[in-house]
Amino acid sequence: MKENPIMRLAVRWNLPFMVVFALYTQTHGELGPGGGFQSGVIVAAAFFLYGLVFGGAEMRRVVPRWFTDLLAAGGVLLYVGTGLYSMFMGYEFLDHAAVMPSNPGGAEPWGMTLVEYGVGLTVFAVMMTIFNEITEGTNPEDNQTGESGADTEFGARA
Amino acid sequence: MDFILDYYNYWACILIMLIGLYGVMAKSNLVKKILALGIFQTGILVFYISIGKVEGGTGPVRAAGENVVYSNPLPHALMLTAIVVGVATMAVGLAIVINIRQTYGTADELDIEAIEHERGD
Amino acid sequence: MLEHLRTQLPALIVVTPLTMGLIVALIGRRQIGWYIAMATTAGVFAMTLQLLMDVLNHGERSLTYLMGNWPVPYGIAYKADPLSASVMLIVAAMAAVITFYARRSVASEVPVGKLHYFWGLWLFCITGLLGITITGDAFNLYVLLEISSLSTYTLVALGKERNRRALTSAINYLLLGTMGACFYLVGVAYLYMATGSLNIPDIAERLQPIYASWGTDAPLYQKTVIAGFAMMAVGLSLKLALFPLHGWLPNAYTYAPSAVSALLASTATKVGAYAFMRVIFTLVGVGFAFGRLHTDIALMACSGAAIIVGSWMAIRQVNVKKLLAYSSIAQIGYIALGFALANRDGMTASVIHLINHALTKGGMFLALGMVMYRLGGTRLSDLRGLGRKMPLTMAAFTAGGLGLIGVPLTSGFVSKWYLVSGCLEGGRYEMAAVVLVGSLLALIYVWRVVETIYFGKRDEEVQVREAPWTMLVPTLLLIGASLYFGINASHTAYIAQAAADYLLGAAR
Repeated sequence: MKENPIMRLAVRWNLPFMVVFALYTQTHGELGPGGGFQSGVIVAAAFFLYGLVFGGAEMRRVVPRWFTDLLAAGGVLLYVGTGLYSMFMGYEFLDHAAVMPSNPGGAEPWGMTLVEYGVGLTVFAVMMTIFNEITEGTNPEDNQTGESGADTEFGARA
Repeated sequence: MDFILDYYNYWACILIMLIGLYGVMAKSNLVKKILALGIFQTGILVFYISIGKVEGGTGPVRAAGENVVYSNPLPHALMLTAIVVGVATMAVGLAIVINIRQTYGTADELDIEAIEHERGD
Repeated sequence: MLEHLRTQLPALIVVTPLTMGLIVALIGRRQIGWYIAMATTAGVFAMTLQLLMDVLNHGERSLTYLMGNWPVPYGIAYKADPLSASVMLIVAAMAAVITFYARRSVASEVPVGKLHYFWGLWLFCITGLLGITITGDAFNLYVLLEISSLSTYTLVALGKERNRRALTSAINYLLLGTMGACFYLVGVAYLYMATGSLNIPDIAERLQPIYASWGTDAPLYQKTVIAGFAMMAVGLSLKLALFPLHGWLPNAYTYAPSAVSALLASTATKVGAYAFMRVIFTLVGVGFAFGRLHTDIALMACSGAAIIVGSWMAIRQVNVKKLLAYSSIAQIGYIALGFALANRDGMTASVIHLINHALTKGGMFLALGMVMYRLGGTRLSDLRGLGRKMPLTMAAFTAGGLGLIGVPLTSGFVSKWYLVSGCLEGGRYEMAAVVLVGSLLALIYVWRVVETIYFGKRDEEVQVREAPWTMLVPTLLLIGASLYFGINASHTAYIAQAAADYLLGAAR
């Protein structure tokens, strides 16, 4: 699909908007509809689109494996970290009042924001990992150059 | 007849679950089995969502006015978690199937059984 | 600060292995994974010990911990009582001992590049098992069940380097295990429809007026509650591999890496049995499950069949690991039979067998792991004449085997003693007979192996040395503990009776 100008343009134009929409969803996560799960999946979907058109290898060049591995664990650690922080500050696990002891009700959105960002990062990274695991080595375009890929396409038609 | 029409949401969920259950039991292709498992889980998701609906209730976002009836948001929140669990299960399952396919050259249970039977184990 | 952290123990026990598992996966340096896992499991063991002390010294004998300080029916509450604390202690102790053992065994069976994932998953699995035990929330239980199961499927699949059938066993386990979890989830939905709550004690409380309405003209939610309990019972039976639903177990145990088999056999099914007990005694109540629905008859039939069929299948195996797996199915039958009796001796037998079988079977799987480490196989022919080559390993295996039969002075005898007296107390003479027949069958399958070990002749002599001490010590520790609890059962009996009284008291 790499040669098709319409596909290339569609991805190039859509990708930034998808990421912005994901950020919009993310920032609504703590007290309204939206949140980390949704935004993580939307960002991942944007990059899936990129991967589908330009090939998995190209996508892994943009978002390397070590980066998604880091985010996958780091996001959950951010989540657990907020809980551990409140625990060591003398509150219960995940009691967000620890973030702002003077105003427990006002602290809730701040704690939830951190948690949601952790969720978003992890969901994005895990989605990318799943995509990579399933496409790596199974997609012929990944292992061949563009020209021989075109050959097999001809061969399939003939 | 009322028994069916009054509880149409349950019948729909049961139908989806049974399709999934049938697929898991009857198909020999492992990819199809995992897809069927996904269908079964989707049936459960729909079931949970449907029991959270309150008649005449709006979305559970604070609305203006008094005496507003809200639908129960808890099942939705639970299902968000269940969806994630389902995705994780699918991912693990597909990863194992890919491994099986690379090892045996097939993802069909019956073929695998035949291969193992030939080796005599 | 320390006082505060002590009140945080219920959450810390679950969160610590989770965090450490993430860190292991994040660091990715292969050599350091085991050290972190070892330190974590040892720390968790110390914490569970402290928690058990706190619970037993506490006036009400139970501690409730509120996640995020949300009040009870709204938030997730963790609840530690004598039963959950002692099961957690078992899980944590087994995890620590097996982790100590696993370093060389795993290094020889899992590719180097995947070791850090292995240890990460290992810790996630322990997280899930500990979480199932302590959680007081029906939905949270499902999530933790899946955390432990998903990591288990992957751990089983990692046995593919030794035998590719690990892959097919893992996918089979995944399909059935997910089915079980889904059934449990549907059951939770039904109970949520009837009660509008997910907190286990709260559901139990809200079920009381529903039960009370059933004799009257306007029965409330009768079919909903029955369907919910039925779904949960089937789902959890799949998870704990109760007889007709045990199909995934033998292959998963056989082809998993040795250390994983030991961890699974000694903790995973035990935690499943614990969750089942919880659902019957704490959630729906014994008066409903056994008194009204007569589930105890079905459970006894299943567990009786599990004892006979499991032992019979064990006799026919040529792979010793598979033999132990089938024997595990029989042992799960004993545990289920104990709580199906629902009297004090039966419950005590169930809890005590949970402990004893974890020690015995864990030790036996570890002994087989050493055979695997030295010889690369666990078929009966591999064990021929090993009694002279690996005397300590084989002595441990034999002592564990005696425990499976239930010879006096082994821990198996104590649990069977309680079980038989529970059967007699409940007037179930036929079940007492089944237990005795099961022991006879166990004698046959254990003797087959022991005979091969000590009297078998090899065609050509192989050069085998005794296993390294890092593997021997944990094995001997487990088997020694199982022998010790056979001679001096006062500790285990004290804990088991406290747990039995607690459950039966909660049931009333």
